[in-house]
Amino acid sequence: MNRLSIRLQQVASQVEPGASVLDVGCSDGRLLAYLRDAKQVDGRGIEIDSRRVAAAVAQGLSVVQGDATRDLAAFPDQSVDYAILSETLQAMDRPAHVLSELVRIGRQAIVAFPNFGYWRVRASLLLKGRMPMTRTLPVSWHETENIHFCTIDDFRMLAAQMGLRIEREAYLDEERRVRVWPNLRADHAMFLLSDQRPDLIGAKHHEQ
Amino acid sequence: MHLHQDVPLDSGLKLPAPAIAFEAIGELNADRSNAILICHALTGDQYVATEHPQTGKPGWWNRMVGPGKPIDPERHFIICTNVIGGCMGSEGPASPHPGDGEPWGLRFPVITIADMVRAQAALLDRLGISKLRAAVGGSMGGMQVLQWAASFPGRVESVVAIATAARHSAQNIAFHEVGRQAIMADPKWKGGAYEAGAGPAKGLAVARMAAHITYLSEAGLTEKFGRRLQRKDAKSFGFDADFQIESYLRHQGMSFVDRFDANSYLYITRALDYFDLAESHGGQLAAAFAETRARFCVISFDSDWLYPTSESKRIVQALVAAGRHVSFVELKSPFGHDAFLLDTPGLNTVVDGFLRAGEAGR
Repeated sequence: MNRLSIRLQQVASQVEPGASVLDVGCSDGRLLAYLRDAKQVDGRGIEIDSRRVAAAVAQGLSVVQGDATRDLAAFPDQSVDYAILSETLQAMDRPAHVLSELVRIGRQAIVAFPNFGYWRVRASLLLKGRMPMTRTLPVSWHETENIHFCTIDDFRMLAAQMGLRIEREAYLDEERRVRVWPNLRADHAMFLLSDQRPDLIGAKHHEQ
Repeated sequence: MHLHQDVPLDSGLKLPAPAIAFEAIGELNADRSNAILICHALTGDQYVATEHPQTGKPGWWNRMVGPGKPIDPERHFIICTNVIGGCMGSEGPASPHPGDGEPWGLRFPVITIADMVRAQAALLDRLGISKLRAAVGGSMGGMQVLQWAASFPGRVESVVAIATAARHSAQNIAFHEVGRQAIMADPKWKGGAYEAGAGPAKGLAVARMAAHITYLSEAGLTEKFGRRLQRKDAKSFGFDADFQIESYLRHQGMSFVDRFDANSYLYITRALDYFDLAESHGGQLAAAFAETRARFCVISFDSDWLYPTSESKRIVQALVAAGRHVSFVELKSPFGHDAFLLDTPGLNTVVDGFLRAGEAGR
């Protein structure tokens, strides 16, 4: 069984044993493999990078190569217990669209992302006047895949606008849990969400 | 082996107790659960991992099938049948007609991919194999394995469909029509009633040459041949094979006619052109996969323009919509459609991981 980063452990801890999962942007399938082996989870994944997909499939995982913005459309409504978007939200072309797809496909959604409101990020901009490079965000601005950063408060606002209920939330500063002032003190956030508007699920699907 | 029963065909006709030629490698285990069916492509045959008796060449898929390979006779009972309509021992237009003993010729009924699969299932009945651990195929073989999941949803646990499509496109049909017309334009074709060994070799060779181009990629052709001349001194200012690519294609055409029957080529290309898995399921491809509980592995190659990645994605979207477990990857290869037969990095590890996961989950 592979060892997970503390962040993926946090995501994995939200998943009930035996549940079904769709991991969007699943990379080489490390979370799916862990959930399969440790929690007997019925997992599927989607990943854009061919080599990562090949690595995941070689581990026996059901992973399809595809683009979350376009290719989630084929997944049926409410077809898995959890739709997971881990460390991927900020790399999406249309994050709000992907978020709406997550709560359409999953009965619950788990979203985990780096917090751009973290004090080191703020300090880097304030004091150095440069785009931040931290342990969480180690790539320079022109090379990063991350095109849609947000803060924890930004995300909460988007979730509220979309009518999503935050069932659970957890924050990290590197390895440590953060409970007070997460938007300033946490470099990483995780939300468990559900859609409060089941009557709108069908309508949203048709909008695409 | 001759089947004891007739095989009903999509056309409404029946193929009376047809011969089915097959090769089997490995041992069937005690509970008869380790059988893997490999389905061959248009001009393939049952010699998937054993020496071809006519050409003396090694099996056509040694890279995938053999000791230590993803499909392994140490673990699997491996069956590969020559499709009906073929010319390597299964009932086809060159076989003797049961009535008069003369070759069927064009009296042979037009067959479909579903008919090929029906005949394979009848053979498995005779072998006492009720369920396949996996059905694996590339190109036309990929179409057969998809058809397997649709026609016999309870009889296959895992499906590996490589470099394939769920329907033939207008472009696919167009290339086949060029090949068929080349055969039928050869005076030696004689309306399909040629004698063995005196068939339309030139027409069949041209058909093969045209088709062979579709199996390669432009980048692959450029790398392998470019504009290089066959004799490096000068052009002939005539119509000999000046360019290496011409010489190569002529060789491909000429060597093909030694091992393939022209009428078989007509029938099998027809079966491919008729293939549209959605058509027989109300136009909904996902409906073809509604009943099966098989796991699927779909693989395409980025330089394959015969059955491009977009066709594989169409299959994958249907499988996803049907709620099936599916893996899909587009592998990088310069070799075009032929990549599934060649040494393509990643292909074996993907297939191996997929098959082993199915075996672990049993």
